[in-house]
Amino acid sequence: MNPFRRSPFVLTAAVLVYIFLYAPIIGLVLYSFNASRANVTFEGFIPKYSDRIVMEGSLVKSSPCGPFHWYCELAKNNDVAEAAGNTLTIAFIATIISTIIGTMAALALQRYNFKMKPFSQLSLYIPIVIPEIVMGIGILTLFSQFFGWVNETFNLVGNARLSLGMATVTASHIAFMVPFVALVVQARLQGFDKSYEEAAMDLGANEWITFRRITFPIILPGIMSGALLAFTLSLDDFVITFFTNGPGSTTLPIYVYGLLRRIITPQVNALSTVWILVVFIAVLLLQILQNRESKDHS
Amino acid sequence: MTSEFAVEMRDVVKKFITPEGNEMAAVDHVTMQIKNGEFFSMLGSSGCGKTTSLRMVAGFEWPTEGEVYIEGKAMGHTPPFQRKVNTVFQNYALFQHLTVYQNLAFGLEMEGAKEDEIKKRVGRALEMVQLTGMDRRKPKQLSGGQQQRVALARALVKTPDVLLLDEPLGALDLKLRKEMQLELKALQQQLGITFIYVTHDQEEALTMSDRIAVMSKGKIQQLGTPVEIYERPTNKFVADFIGESNFLEGKIKSISQNEASVFVSSINAEVVGLPISKGLVKGEEVIVSIRPEKIHIAEKDAINQNMFRATVTNTVYIGVDTKVFVDVHGAKLKVWEQNRISRLDPKSFYTVGQEVWLMLLPENTIVLRKD
Repeated sequence: MNPFRRSPFVLTAAVLVYIFLYAPIIGLVLYSFNASRANVTFEGFIPKYSDRIVMEGSLVKSSPCGPFHWYCELAKNNDVAEAAGNTLTIAFIATIISTIIGTMAALALQRYNFKMKPFSQLSLYIPIVIPEIVMGIGILTLFSQFFGWVNETFNLVGNARLSLGMATVTASHIAFMVPFVALVVQARLQGFDKSYEEAAMDLGANEWITFRRITFPIILPGIMSGALLAFTLSLDDFVITFFTNGPGSTTLPIYVYGLLRRIITPQVNALSTVWILVVFIAVLLLQILQNRESKDHS
Repeated sequence: MTSEFAVEMRDVVKKFITPEGNEMAAVDHVTMQIKNGEFFSMLGSSGCGKTTSLRMVAGFEWPTEGEVYIEGKAMGHTPPFQRKVNTVFQNYALFQHLTVYQNLAFGLEMEGAKEDEIKKRVGRALEMVQLTGMDRRKPKQLSGGQQQRVALARALVKTPDVLLLDEPLGALDLKLRKEMQLELKALQQQLGITFIYVTHDQEEALTMSDRIAVMSKGKIQQLGTPVEIYERPTNKFVADFIGESNFLEGKIKSISQNEASVFVSSINAEVVGLPISKGLVKGEEVIVSIRPEKIHIAEKDAINQNMFRATVTNTVYIGVDTKVFVDVHGAKLKVWEQNRISRLDPKSFYTVGQEVWLMLLPENTIVLRKD
């Protein structure tokens, strides 16, 4: 056995890393049960269930939901529901579109030689390395200039006027997600053996059937990890969304930021806890699916 | 069958652009006609153009010049899925995400076959390669030999006119490879399908083929039956590539209708009565080629022409044969003697420095043009 594995140093380091990574999350969850409305110090759990909310100063003494008081408050909050709906809508649409574009880009870069190939490859990295805020401002400028010109030229009025909203947020998300998808899928394609496609065509399949029945299933795990990465990036994007959103397109990160500027109530913690739970379950499901897949293949 | 030839290549050239930007002909003006029902091999070392030629028949590559005909029809830019040929790939290229059954059924589904017909044909194909009962396995759950059979069955289930095989046995161990060679040959004879077989293994090609095209640098060096290729190589490359040969440089001293006498300067002697190919003239510089197992060692000077005094420089016992290395006036020759008698007695070997007589039989000796 590796003597290093028994070393107390390794154990200590591991514990410290776990504390560093997870203590903030545990604290955040704990504070979502805080009796104190001010949420600066932990004043204990809300002790009692009762038929109405009893407050004593900034402390909640009892609530119909008991310790889950802030979760009930959250459920009553329509703004949160709307923001969550917006976030998921944007994430879903942007993920689907960016996954399709990114996969096509990766396939094209892998199998064809063309004059602008080095440039195309490089242009994939640029949106990843440039600061998000620069990209956000850039996209905002583009939209406002373009919308201004269109509104002006066609004399659009009222609701017909183009303005920032769900569409602009979704479009800008697609713009920054495509390179991530393309790079993840490209990495997966590195090991792709072209003879599978040749074999399919040799057996009588045309290009489209070959892609649908052979290439796509083989690279699907790569596409899925690219899509998942894109999805999570979209879910918690703040900077670019901040610049490109408009009325009615508030996402959760933007909403939370808005709450924090006023008062930090445990509602924010409750929201974050639910959020973490959803993401955790999603990742777990994906892991289970992938495990089953790889068991089939071994 | 619409044509005498299953596959024909007429003056085919395939050029590639190297990464450095140079043009390189992987296949350089190749013409060959492969008869229906023939076991045809393309033999050569890597980069000789054999695989590129096969890929042009399959339709994965298109000729830069010339034309490929299948069953008498010019193929032009016909895509692979419209050609009635099927390929067994070197790495098998089995679809890992599908079962054995689904792998075999894939090609039949593409033909639009009905489900019960697919079932029947897949069953028969699996039976043919002795894999009945394996239909629900995934390729990774099979041994290398079994995967090879699945690849073969997947191509054969389509009942192609021509089966293309790209070094299909390369990944198997020696014993299994030898078994599969005989099995493939038997299968080909039983089905009567044309096989085009690409290999770098000369023994494999000699074992299985009706005819062999020996290739080098994109060109066919010689095309003929295994016996012709081994016994009558037409140039030095083939004589050297297939089996082993002794080469002696000389000059044609006299020539009659079909015999020549060659003065071999390195052994300072004349070899007479040699069969010659057309086009050689008196005074021409030539190479005399003789296989090591076709030189006889005699201990006494028998009354014969083409006998030469030689000194043994080394002997190596390799079981089947004993390799005897000799020196004739400074020219090094190798002679293989089959161990028909027991070699347990050390005296049965030639000793180093021993003087012997070598006898060259004219019919075993080939005169090749010097190139």
